[in-house]
Amino acid sequence: MTKHTLIALTCVAVLGASALAAGKPAPPKGTATISLPGDAGMAFKPGPGAGPVMANCLTCHSSAYVSTQPVLTKAQWTAEVAKMKAVYGAPIPDDQVPAIVDYLTANYGKP
Amino acid sequence: MELGRGRFLAAAGAALAAGAIPRGALAQTVQLPFANGERPLVAFPQKRPLILQTPRPPQLETPFAVFDQGVYTPNDAFFVRWHLASIPQSVDADAHRIAVGGEVNRALSLSLDDLAKMPAVEVAAVNQCSGNSRGLFAPRVAGGEWGNGAMGNALWTGVRLRDILDRAGLKATAKQVQFDGLDRGVLPGTPDFKKSLDVDVARGDDVIVAYAMNGAPLPVLNGYPVRLIVAGWFATYWVKMLSAITVLDHVDDNFWMKTAYRIPDTPGNSVAPGATGYPTIPINRLAVRSFITNVTDGGTVKAGRSELRGIAFDGGSGIKRVDLSIDGGATWRAMELERDYGKYGFRRWKGELVAPPSGSFTLAVRATANDGSTQQATPGWNPSGYLRNSIETYKVTVA
Repeated sequence: MTKHTLIALTCVAVLGASALAAGKPAPPKGTATISLPGDAGMAFKPGPGAGPVMANCLTCHSSAYVSTQPVLTKAQWTAEVAKMKAVYGAPIPDDQVPAIVDYLTANYGKP
Repeated sequence: MELGRGRFLAAAGAALAAGAIPRGALAQTVQLPFANGERPLVAFPQKRPLILQTPRPPQLETPFAVFDQGVYTPNDAFFVRWHLASIPQSVDADAHRIAVGGEVNRALSLSLDDLAKMPAVEVAAVNQCSGNSRGLFAPRVAGGEWGNGAMGNALWTGVRLRDILDRAGLKATAKQVQFDGLDRGVLPGTPDFKKSLDVDVARGDDVIVAYAMNGAPLPVLNGYPVRLIVAGWFATYWVKMLSAITVLDHVDDNFWMKTAYRIPDTPGNSVAPGATGYPTIPINRLAVRSFITNVTDGGTVKAGRSELRGIAFDGGSGIKRVDLSIDGGATWRAMELERDYGKYGFRRWKGELVAPPSGSFTLAVRATANDGSTQQATPGWNPSGYLRNSIETYKVTVA
């Protein structure tokens, strides 16, 4: 620990929060650690097509990215799946795309 | 290092372990004011229970009642929005470096100790998601389905980006400055989240590399240990866990600039639903907005006299006036502006409401900024659901 850090730590210890409040705060020190809750217990609805949906979509995002959407049409879900492949690099096999779109339309959309 | 500037002992307070959220924690929900708007209230690490939009990547919305409780949004209530799911859950401020490179004379690797030795500046500024209020769009659009709580106002402390750029020395070829943080996509093919500003914007007085928020270290989910602050601009530019500043000799053509976060370059940045073929530009400054904070749409007010309170903000010209209507916008009355904490922050306002003995009526609030911009009754529309700033209305019943 360098000398000036020691002095600063003493400063904090002696003067406490009032010293911090009086001046501008300094950059933080040390490691901040959190533990994120993953999908927080959320899951896709069961049903035909849920398998490929879980195998592909859950790689990058929780089911809430789907379940919170407004009612999207089959054309809109088709575009969303295409965007995941083309823009975000999702390695969705072409032969699984129809089942995924049908599942999303049936469970979170309209025809 | 100056004696008066004690170092935060972040590690002592920041090492939190949330673990899995117990089932019971999902029981309490709120209903945002649009179809499919039910959301659980969940406490993420370093956060009080917030409106859970999505857990991974995390998107957490501030319950609107928080905005009635003070001009600054508390750190543990401040909204959260990440694009990519690979987010460091343990960040060592002592080891953190910001790489400065590209079209500069001297590449730098800046530690937080280096930032501590530079002049510190403070600015109160609103951080608002581009898609705040997206759930209220009609017709609806896909995306993060936020209510009005994807925003917050904080006092940010840090160093001017300009001071960093001057230390590195911009070459004559410098065109834009690009910012990257520690977050990454899960898949190798996912474009890394990077944002860029024109050099003249990046060198502005109120573009700050911030290491403190409301006098405390940033929560991890808000970008510990440093993030970019672009006061007056939408949050998409406020890159969290800032790790690289790269000066470009061209206009950034990465996905997050060239394709995402663009608005129609049309009057009011608005288009008709289904329109195609119009030019677009990167989203930039906040549009003027105002809200009532102690009344809810569909709620109640007291008969007779009561106090109304609220907030207003714009993209940095400051708030000139806030007007209230109780007759559906036919007549307006000026409200009293409270203390000015700076042109980029929330401006609180208050005024007296005189309600009839019974019945229902509609309150409306409209802010006007110093640059003359104001709010319209009819919302604009764009396919990404950005920039909502129409006049807020509140149907209330006397109770």
